[in-house]
Amino acid sequence: MPATPLVKLRNVTKRYGSGQSQVTALDSVSLQVMPGEVVGLLGPSGSGKTTLLNVIGCIAEPSSGWMMLDGDIVYDSRWVMKDLRRLRREKIGFIFQTHNLLPFLDATENVMIALHLNGVKTDDARKRAKALLDYLEAGHRGDAMPGELSGGEAQRVAIARALANTPRVILADEPTAALDSERAAIVMGLLRKVAREQQAAVLVVSHDDKIFALFDRVFRLRDGKLTEEQVMLAGR
Amino acid sequence: MNLGLRDLTHNLGRFIVTCLGIGLLLGVVEGMVGIYRGLVDDSLALSRGAGADLWVVEDQRQGPFAEVSRLPRDIRDGIARISGVSDAGAVTYQSVQAIAGGLRLRLFVVGYEPGRLGGPPILIAGRPIEQSHYEIVLDQSAQLPLGATVRLGRHDFTVVGLTRRQVSAAGDAGAYITLLDGQVLQFEMEPPAARNAVARGEPPADTNTINAVVARLEAGGDVAAVAGAIRRWKHLEVLTQDEQEALLSKAFIDKVRKQIGLFATLLVIVATVIIALIVYTMTLDKVREIATLKLIGAPDRVIVGMIVQQSLALGILGFVFGTAYVNVIAPYFPRRVVLLTSDASALAGVTVLACLAASALAVRYALRVDPGRALAG
Repeated sequence: MPATPLVKLRNVTKRYGSGQSQVTALDSVSLQVMPGEVVGLLGPSGSGKTTLLNVIGCIAEPSSGWMMLDGDIVYDSRWVMKDLRRLRREKIGFIFQTHNLLPFLDATENVMIALHLNGVKTDDARKRAKALLDYLEAGHRGDAMPGELSGGEAQRVAIARALANTPRVILADEPTAALDSERAAIVMGLLRKVAREQQAAVLVVSHDDKIFALFDRVFRLRDGKLTEEQVMLAGR
Repeated sequence: MNLGLRDLTHNLGRFIVTCLGIGLLLGVVEGMVGIYRGLVDDSLALSRGAGADLWVVEDQRQGPFAEVSRLPRDIRDGIARISGVSDAGAVTYQSVQAIAGGLRLRLFVVGYEPGRLGGPPILIAGRPIEQSHYEIVLDQSAQLPLGATVRLGRHDFTVVGLTRRQVSAAGDAGAYITLLDGQVLQFEMEPPAARNAVARGEPPADTNTINAVVARLEAGGDVAAVAGAIRRWKHLEVLTQDEQEALLSKAFIDKVRKQIGLFATLLVIVATVIIALIVYTMTLDKVREIATLKLIGAPDRVIVGMIVQQSLALGILGFVFGTAYVNVIAPYFPRRVVLLTSDASALAGVTVLACLAASALAVRYALRVDPGRALAG
C-alpha cells in the first residue's frame, strides 16, 4: 500500500492586501511530501518560499485552496482545524535561520519547553531533552545559556527543540544560513537522519547551493508559482 | 517551568532596580496612610487621655477643641454634684509658643486640677504635678528631659514628669500644668495691656474661667440621661466622648483624610502606570521570544501567564521593599506614623489589582504578536 503524504497542498493561493495593492504571494501551489522525505524550497527573494512555509506551518491562512497535514484536512477554503497551535505543538517542528532560543532558558530547558507545552512532566521532559541533545551531540552544552553557545551548537539545540515532540512535519527556514559548509552539512545530515528514523516530512527553505545535493527533491518557486520540481541525487 | 520568573532572573539587576523604584512609590503610599493613621490617633489622643465620659462646654458651642468655650470655674462643682457623675474636673486648653533651651517650641497646654479628671493619663518618667505653680508634665515628643525649664508666658516651668502620645491634632506636644497656671496663661493679660484696659474704664477681666468640664460617670451610669440633665438644668452644651471624637474627626481629620487619600490614590495610579510601561517595554523586548513560543504552539495562557507573573513579581517585590523601608524610616518622621498590618494588607491587595491592570496593555500587545515574526530573519 502506498504511503500517505504527510503534507499535501492543492491549489493553495495566498494573497496580501486588496484592490490594486493586492499581492499574490502564492499562486495555486500544489505539492506533496512523503514520510521520510527531505524537500528543498528554493527561489529568489520574494518568490513566496517563507509564505509557503508559513502556510504549511499554519501561521498564515491561505486565501483559497486545500491542505492536509498528517492525514488531517487542515484547510479547505477556510481553516478546518480550529486549534492550530495545538496542531503546531503536536505535529510540526520549526527550525529557524536564527535559532530563536529563549535567552532566559539554558539549552536543556529550551528543549524542555516544547515538551512542557505538550504536557510532559518535568522529569520526563528533562530526560527526553538530554537524550535529544546527546543524539545531536550537544549534550555536553546542556547547562549553557544560548548566549554562551556557538552558532552550530545553538542550531543543534534548536533542532532538538523542533524534534522534542516527535513531529510529523519539520519546517526549516534557512537552517544553515549562519553556518559554515562543514556545519551546514552536519545539520542537513541530522535532518535527513531524523526524516528517515522518524518517518517525518522535512521541508527546508534555503538559498544554500552547497546543500542542494542533500535534498530528496527540490521545489523551485518564482513569483509565488511552483515552477519546477526536481528529484535530486539523494532522493533516487 | 515558570517562564516569567526565569526571564526576570535572567535580567536580575534590571529587575531589582525596577522593583526598588516601584517600592519607593509604594512605600510613600504606605507612609502617607501611616501619617493619616498617626494624625487620627494624635487628634484623638488628648480627648481620650482626659478619661472623660462627658464634655461640658459653653452653651451652643462645640468645644473645647473644635470651638472656643468659656465657662465659670464653679460650673465644675455643679456638674460634680449631678446624680450619676462620679468625678469632674475643670480644664483649659490652648496652643502656645514656649521657649526651652533658647529654642521656640510649640506646645498644646492643658490646665487641669491635680487629683481630678483631665490630667496626663500616664507617666513614663518623673512624677505628677505636686505644687500649685510652675511645674509641667510634658509629652516625650517635646524631647525635653526631666528638670528642663520651659518658659510659658511670663513664667518658667520645670519639667517634673513625662507622658507619651499626648499630642494635639497639629502634632504639638501636650503640656500639662495646674489649672491655676493655665488660667493665668490663657486669661491674664500682660501688665501693659491690663493697665491700658483699666485706663479705658473696662472692669478687671475675670480670669477664673475654664474651657470645659470633663466628667466621668459612675459605673453603669446612663450617659444620655446625665447629659440630658446637664443640658436641662445647667443650660450648657454636653458632648459624650463618642460625640467629641466624631466632632474632632470631622473638624480636623476629614479634609486631611481626603487630601491624603487623593495623594495616595494618585501615587497608586502613577505606580500602576509605571508598572504598565515597564511590563509593556519588557514585552516589546520579548516580541521574538513570544512569537517563537506561539510558533511552537504555546497557548495564550502561557504567554499571558508569563506577562502577568512578571507584572505581579514587580509589584509584590516592590511592595515588600516599600513596606520594609517605610518601617525603617517611620520612626524618623517628624510626625507619628502608624503602620497597621490591615493597611499594608489592603495596599498589597491594591498592588496586586494594579499589577493585573498594568499587565493588560502588554497582554493585549503580546496576544497580537504574529508567530510568523519568529521566522523573520
